[in-house]
Amino acid sequence: MGEEGFASSETIGRSPERVDGADKVSGRALYLDDIQFPGQMWGRTVRSSVAHGLIKQVRFDPAFDWTQVIRVTANDIPGENVIHLIEDDQPCLAAKMVRHCEEPIALIASDDRERLEEALRHVQLEIEPLEPVLDPLKSTSVFKKLSIAHHVESLASAFAKAHRVVEGTYLVRHQEQMYIEPNAVCATPRADGGITLHGSMQCPFYVHRALQRLLKIDESKIAVIQTVTGGGFGGKEEYPSMIACHAALLAGKAGRPVKMVYRRDEDIAATTKRHPAIVKHRTAVAKDGALLGCEIDIVMDGGAYCTLSPVVASRGVLHAGGAYRWPACRIEGRVVATNTPPNGAFRGFGVPQTLFAIEAHMERIAVELGMDPLELRRKNAYALGDETPTGQKLTWSVAAQEALEAAASSSQYTEKRARFAREKNGRKRRGIGLSLALHGAGFTGAGEVKLKSRAGVELTPRGARVLSISTDIGQGTITIFAQMAADALGISLDQVEVALPDSSRMPDSGPTVASRTCMVVGGTIAKAAQEMARILCGYAAALHGVSEKNVTCRGGALYDGPRAICSFATIAERYLSDRGPLQVIEQYAPPPGIEWDEQSYRGDAYACYAWSGTAVEVAVDLDTGEVEVERVIQACDVGKAIHPVLCAGQVEGGVVQALGYALLEELVMKEGRAQNTRMQNYIIPTSLDAPHIETILIENPYPYGPHGAKGVGELPMDGPAPAVAAAVLNATGVLVPELPITPDRLLRMLEARR
Amino acid sequence: MKLSFEVNGQARSVDVPPLKRLLDVLREDLGLTGAKEGCGEGECGACSVLLDGELVNSCLVPACQTAAARVVTIEAHEAKDGQASALQRAFIECGAAQCGICTPGMIVAAQCFLDSGQPPTERAVREALAGNLCRCTGYQKIIDAVQRAGTANQT
Repeated sequence: MGEEGFASSETIGRSPERVDGADKVSGRALYLDDIQFPGQMWGRTVRSSVAHGLIKQVRFDPAFDWTQVIRVTANDIPGENVIHLIEDDQPCLAAKMVRHCEEPIALIASDDRERLEEALRHVQLEIEPLEPVLDPLKSTSVFKKLSIAHHVESLASAFAKAHRVVEGTYLVRHQEQMYIEPNAVCATPRADGGITLHGSMQCPFYVHRALQRLLKIDESKIAVIQTVTGGGFGGKEEYPSMIACHAALLAGKAGRPVKMVYRRDEDIAATTKRHPAIVKHRTAVAKDGALLGCEIDIVMDGGAYCTLSPVVASRGVLHAGGAYRWPACRIEGRVVATNTPPNGAFRGFGVPQTLFAIEAHMERIAVELGMDPLELRRKNAYALGDETPTGQKLTWSVAAQEALEAAASSSQYTEKRARFAREKNGRKRRGIGLSLALHGAGFTGAGEVKLKSRAGVELTPRGARVLSISTDIGQGTITIFAQMAADALGISLDQVEVALPDSSRMPDSGPTVASRTCMVVGGTIAKAAQEMARILCGYAAALHGVSEKNVTCRGGALYDGPRAICSFATIAERYLSDRGPLQVIEQYAPPPGIEWDEQSYRGDAYACYAWSGTAVEVAVDLDTGEVEVERVIQACDVGKAIHPVLCAGQVEGGVVQALGYALLEELVMKEGRAQNTRMQNYIIPTSLDAPHIETILIENPYPYGPHGAKGVGELPMDGPAPAVAAAVLNATGVLVPELPITPDRLLRMLEARR
Repeated sequence: MKLSFEVNGQARSVDVPPLKRLLDVLREDLGLTGAKEGCGEGECGACSVLLDGELVNSCLVPACQTAAARVVTIEAHEAKDGQASALQRAFIECGAAQCGICTPGMIVAAQCFLDSGQPPTERAVREALAGNLCRCTGYQKIIDAVQRAGTANQT
């Protein structure tokens, strides 16, 4: 399927109203906690306050009346005590050993929430403490080691002939997703011994498979249904399996629905975060700024259990060289275990960490060479035909230079640098900074081939219904899916429904992660809808006695050449009564020629990349160390914006989340326990912290994406933090090599310089 | 306690503990689930409602403080013919709602600002909404929507 396969469209590239818009602005949209499940009880989790230890006893205080409370421990688990994911190392409820603070040990449920809180205070845990490992650099337990070696035979000579060898170490910390709707599920036991699970989530089949392992029941007895979800950002990729398994155990024992809705402090303290990382760079660079070679070493803190850490580390390693040509490089990464709550998926998935490091390092190189950072980037940024560190030849849709130039010119980067250099006086200093980022769209390597994602459409009397398990978590999935189907069938958007994500009914289109939904699943839906159009055209042709090859679907009707022969609804109804249901399910087919070797880490890491250039202007108060972001411009190459308003919405939201990462957001850990677990002390940007954002959408089509589209979900998260660091450097002369750039960190560095 | 008050123009009466949060009274006793709980401590604004015309976080207001008061929630924010208000239309058209969990509170807060008659400059709108957190949009499209609705009102 190439781009030429798509004719000009009435809906693609336009911005129709999002299909769930009216429900959301009226308060009618029902999130999990808005739904009353008949006979529901409330569930709570008993958690460890110790980072590492042996469980000696779980004691339910005999003085408390437990008759109205359901109690569950690991002994009540019918199947395997694991949360099924990559390694199956994480227990659903710790039985013998505790490996992190907030680890779940027991569960309770009650009709009455006050009694439940009271009961929680009457569960006593006796845990014999063991020495915890809290420093990732001291951990000897490795979840995954990764290595990229690219022309390493010439690395020594690159360093030998270098004009400069530039070294730097960069540090980033835990970031909380802070979706405004906390994790929430309700498990309802069924008469057939099965379970129906409603919840706020990104990946219903993760939950489905986790329940199957835990409950040891046939997969046909499980239904996982996504309710309207109040944000995810990766935080509802794997964690919902945990809370769903908990609710299911309680519901199974109670024989009644059990609802679990995390309180904010519990959600912040216990659920997955962005991996902290330490990234070391050593770079050989020529006098003219040409990058000759590099060594990069990455250590990520995975927390106590594996979760998705190997994949996060892999993506981090694969993006660690940034959007630049490296004649030779060696990139090593490892993700290790510590006795802290497990880290997991968060928008960007390892890339914001390593991208911050390479982009901050580019600023350092520019300073060492006395070179303009824009020139340095221009000189080394990828162009079509270049090779990545895994030996992937970039053969299509490369817009690194274009994104960089768009950000530089629209922000007047060069003029402003000159102006700010002249205005170096007073307490407030202004600065401007740039960054360049890339983000691989879809699963890494052979991931999409292994997933075999399936999605499709079925015919309805009015039009079509889209079938997939992909979830709308605010990004607009169901709207763009409806656009894709409407476009291929030549019908209006209101003739298309999108089926509810229900794991017992929908084909598995894979998880809603990795910036893959539009490109991979959207493309599969478009293909299925095209096939349905072909079937209907054939049917109509036979019915009307005309040649099939002249029949097309457009404008809500079927045409024989220029002549309308009947409306789409007429033919749909006729087809359904004549031949019965029509369902077309397609399987995603990766583009031809994509090859990846997992053993050597060589080949095409991603079918394509999305590109961004970010410009940030700041004002720094030299007395207080406060950094105010005055302006952000982000130019993103998304291939094709299927829905420009939703697409820009992804960019703006990602930029502000990244500005939080840059300046505000830090989960403070002490003895392995999060200290700031409230919105009062874990600060995310407000409307006053967020600057005016200008978005530039570049459309450099990906030949195998639907209408040319690539992924956009994560890309905006990658560039802003290093652009802020660059702007602060420009304003103050100090490069802060860690995030967040808090006033005290900046002041300390300014002091040290004096 | 027996609580009598006015909710969205209708006299309502419920029997609730005096310290029950207004948010829970609305959601549980009156079935008005438009106001959401995001933090439970007055930080996120997802539970915003009007209490005697004042914008409040309903998670911080005990039921006993609302006796005889007038409460307005998101559920009142549609025109009498069931059509979306100008502000709601602007939210849809500008793409100001993504996941939507903050949207009811945002609309209540934004309408309160627009009704105050202040000119809807970008700065003024940002200040008016600083108590309502959104994690999806970066606020830009929310500001655009409020300005669009505010400007349309004035012409």
